[in-house]
Amino acid sequence: MAPDPVFLSRPKSPSLQVRSLVALAVRCAGLLGLLALTGCRLIVLDPQGLVGKGDTTILIDSIAIMLAIGVPTIVAALAFGWWFRSSNTRARRLPDFVYSGKIEMITWSIPLLTIMLLGGVAWVGSHDLDPAEPLPSNGARLDVQAVSLDWKWLFIYPDLNVASVNRLVIPAGVPVHFTLTSASVMNAFFIPQLGSMIYTMNGMATQLNLNADEPGTFLGMSSHFSGDGFADMQFKVEALPPDRFSIWIDETRKGAAATLTSQSYQDLAKQSTNVAPFAYSAVEPDFFHKIVTQALPPGPGPVNEVSPGASKRAEK
Amino acid sequence: MLGKLTWAAVPLDQPIPLVAGCVAFGIVGGLVVYVVVKGWAPYLWREWITSVDHKHIGVMYVFLAMVMLLRGFTDAIMMRSQQALAYRAPGYLPPEHYDQIFSAHGSLMILFVAMPFMIGLMNIVVPLQLGIRDVAFPTLNSVSFWLTATGALLINLSLIIGEFARTGWLPYPPLSELAYSPGVGVDYYLWSLQISGVGTLLTGVNFVTTILKLHAPGMTYMRMPIFCWTALGSCLLIVAAFPILTATLAMLILDRYLGFHFFTNVAGGNVMMFMNLIWAWGHPEVYILVLPAFGVFSEVVSTFSGKPLYGYRSMVAATMAICILAFMVWLHHFFTMGAGADVNAFFGVTTMIIAVPTGVKVFNWLLTMYGGRIVFKPPMMWSLGFLVTFVIGGMTGVLLAVPPADFLLHNSLFLVAHFHNVIIGGVLFGAFAGYTFWFPKAFGFRLEEGLGKAAFWCWFIGFYLAFMPLYVLGLMGMTRRMQHYDVAAWHPWLLVAAAGVVVILAGIALQIAQIVVSFRQREQLRDVTGDPWNGRSLEWSTSSPPPPFNFAVLPQIEGSDAYWETKQRALAQHVFADEPVYADIELPRNSATGVVCAFFATFLGFALIWHIWWLAAVSFLGAYATFVAFAWRDRTEYRVPAAEVARIDRENRRARRAAFAQLGAAE
Repeated sequence: MAPDPVFLSRPKSPSLQVRSLVALAVRCAGLLGLLALTGCRLIVLDPQGLVGKGDTTILIDSIAIMLAIGVPTIVAALAFGWWFRSSNTRARRLPDFVYSGKIEMITWSIPLLTIMLLGGVAWVGSHDLDPAEPLPSNGARLDVQAVSLDWKWLFIYPDLNVASVNRLVIPAGVPVHFTLTSASVMNAFFIPQLGSMIYTMNGMATQLNLNADEPGTFLGMSSHFSGDGFADMQFKVEALPPDRFSIWIDETRKGAAATLTSQSYQDLAKQSTNVAPFAYSAVEPDFFHKIVTQALPPGPGPVNEVSPGASKRAEK
Repeated sequence: MLGKLTWAAVPLDQPIPLVAGCVAFGIVGGLVVYVVVKGWAPYLWREWITSVDHKHIGVMYVFLAMVMLLRGFTDAIMMRSQQALAYRAPGYLPPEHYDQIFSAHGSLMILFVAMPFMIGLMNIVVPLQLGIRDVAFPTLNSVSFWLTATGALLINLSLIIGEFARTGWLPYPPLSELAYSPGVGVDYYLWSLQISGVGTLLTGVNFVTTILKLHAPGMTYMRMPIFCWTALGSCLLIVAAFPILTATLAMLILDRYLGFHFFTNVAGGNVMMFMNLIWAWGHPEVYILVLPAFGVFSEVVSTFSGKPLYGYRSMVAATMAICILAFMVWLHHFFTMGAGADVNAFFGVTTMIIAVPTGVKVFNWLLTMYGGRIVFKPPMMWSLGFLVTFVIGGMTGVLLAVPPADFLLHNSLFLVAHFHNVIIGGVLFGAFAGYTFWFPKAFGFRLEEGLGKAAFWCWFIGFYLAFMPLYVLGLMGMTRRMQHYDVAAWHPWLLVAAAGVVVILAGIALQIAQIVVSFRQREQLRDVTGDPWNGRSLEWSTSSPPPPFNFAVLPQIEGSDAYWETKQRALAQHVFADEPVYADIELPRNSATGVVCAFFATFLGFALIWHIWWLAAVSFLGAYATFVAFAWRDRTEYRVPAAEVARIDRENRRARRAAFAQLGAAE
């Protein structure tokens, strides 16, 4: 509703103003209710794993600490502005109030103390929740090597000798150690409900430890822009009960048609979007290592690009 | 002959940018023709284009910023509408176009809206506040402006010829390397920023010199208005940080043009180096923008509360502390790189430490209002709107400085909401506060108030409507820069955000209407005295607009709030200072160096983007020759005779005396 300049310059009767404000408020409340109903799923605040829970706890603690300072400050700004308005005859004017040592000490102390508290939270949190730190385990542990490609995800299970594209299957309740790299440009590997994200970079390997407490299906994504196909770089994460996970591994070994070799990888490394999830029944040894060390060359990028998107339109 | 440039470079198959670009350039071309036909060209050339007067250069900076704001905002409308439509649908912008839009939006808004706006305000105000006649290097100032304009022109040229970068506003390699971005988009970005970056660096040098070396007699450092301090802080940061940007982009240019491997995937290139370097500039850049805005708010809050600024010394200390700390926090832009707990924790804590001086500033503004007599004119409304909004943005910023929280929210729409919260709520509101505050000084008439207030409310409400949903979306796991998405829960919030953009659009429309209406009613809105707000610092002691020499006689400064003291003394003693002895004044002559140099720089940039090597060589020589010719000139100044100075000043004194008499009668 764009205010009309003529309308604004004309004085309105206060009751009309109040009534239209109430009507607006009712409408806003209705909209908010609708938003809540249509599924306001704050998945970041609904963690399903140890790391996610740790991150979220720190997130909520920090918000609480900051609101304790921020809300009174905002209230004070509005209150001072209102009370000391020039038309208020009851306000005490202090035109020479420009410095007070005591107040100075308080104005420096409040943010300083807040930051010392929050700095402590940040310091401890960074160390407790270092993505490279292994999670406590009763012995079981799964290694997954994740590779971001243009524009899909490859997940290699080195100990189980299978691989999967755009679908990550993990056993619930078992800590998973990810080693990550990129086969072309930078991306970030992120499963909001399981916790911390981490970059994938070509020629380098990053480390991340996550787990899913209970079986479930989660949204996984790239959270660092990586080019035209970026919006489709999402993957489904399935946390299965350990026995079902073993079944999945067996089925993949038997059922999947393709195997991941240097030859089949060349096709995979080419730019493509919306690749339907599929699996490899076997993986060449040391495959991830070859990608990191660039024994397998980085993705070729766009081929024969004349004007933006030309190659893609040509395909169609 | 024409390098990579062929007819294929005109994106005939992409109507949106082409039509938009043609319309924009059509309007500009039409205006040029209109100006020439009307016979205004000589006036424009003499008074504006070749002017080295800091006030005129400042106005041109602000004008450039406002025009670019319209372009950047158009991009914003397109992004919001695309995301509103693109739930389980392709929307109307294909990825290769959408990616250009958000890249251009970020680059334009930071480098060609926020920067020129702040530099423009500095240009208009700093010499007046210091009580001097011009900046240290007036012609260099003109060169700075025109090089910035060149950068803006090149970016907008990419609408019609070729494409813009599809990499985001910071072109992270390897995506921005030749292998993954073979088009000219990244080259447009690189050369626009390199050329305008030279201009910005020169501005930094110019203003650091001006503020440190040129003052009216008695204007000691601790008597300088706080805006001069924040401008000094900002320019020191420019001088220290912009060379990093230039070097970083130069390395990317070497990679792309000469096959170097600074940041490539292969041959030992390392993308992490780029990220460290670009943010070693990028984070100070944020403070380059926000420090002058803090200065504006300090001036405005103090003026409209009728009180001196509370805690001036701690404000100065806080400003300088921010200046130094700004260089110690860059790593918080990539906690998710996996640098390890100690490194992350260290940079998390240093980031939070910046919140201490910033928090002190907020408290000082509150205490300036405390006990004041607050008049709610539009500049004060922008300032109060800023205080509320900036506290929220500051809180979410500190939140993102906690590494484990950042692990969940990095690159999400929560982050996008945060930096718009501080850049719109902090920098842009500051720019608008300064614009409405100093407009009468620059043009001699006030801006219409009703429309100004309406524009503020639209911006304020529109901002919250557009960006609070983005915080929620961030917590729902939505990452930035998505051309389409399949998550149903995100859709309604994106619709609300799009509605917010419509409200902001109404605000912008009202601001344009405000300019038109104010211009038509300029006689009623005339600022006769030169002191429309009962101001405190020296810019209000001269007429509006000020004469070319600013002050007939350089003022003698005896305390802080220089003009306020003079005014109070005059009112208390019922005497008006005696007429001074006028003398001839020497002023720098106009110079076409800036615009000619920028003319060549535009061709240089264009030639380098399209690999037209002969044209690059010719235009580089042209720019160089311009400087040689400038260095060779004999007559650098012209003289305003004492009689002329006296005539101008007496007029102002008459008006001011009448105003004082009125004020005295009222009290």
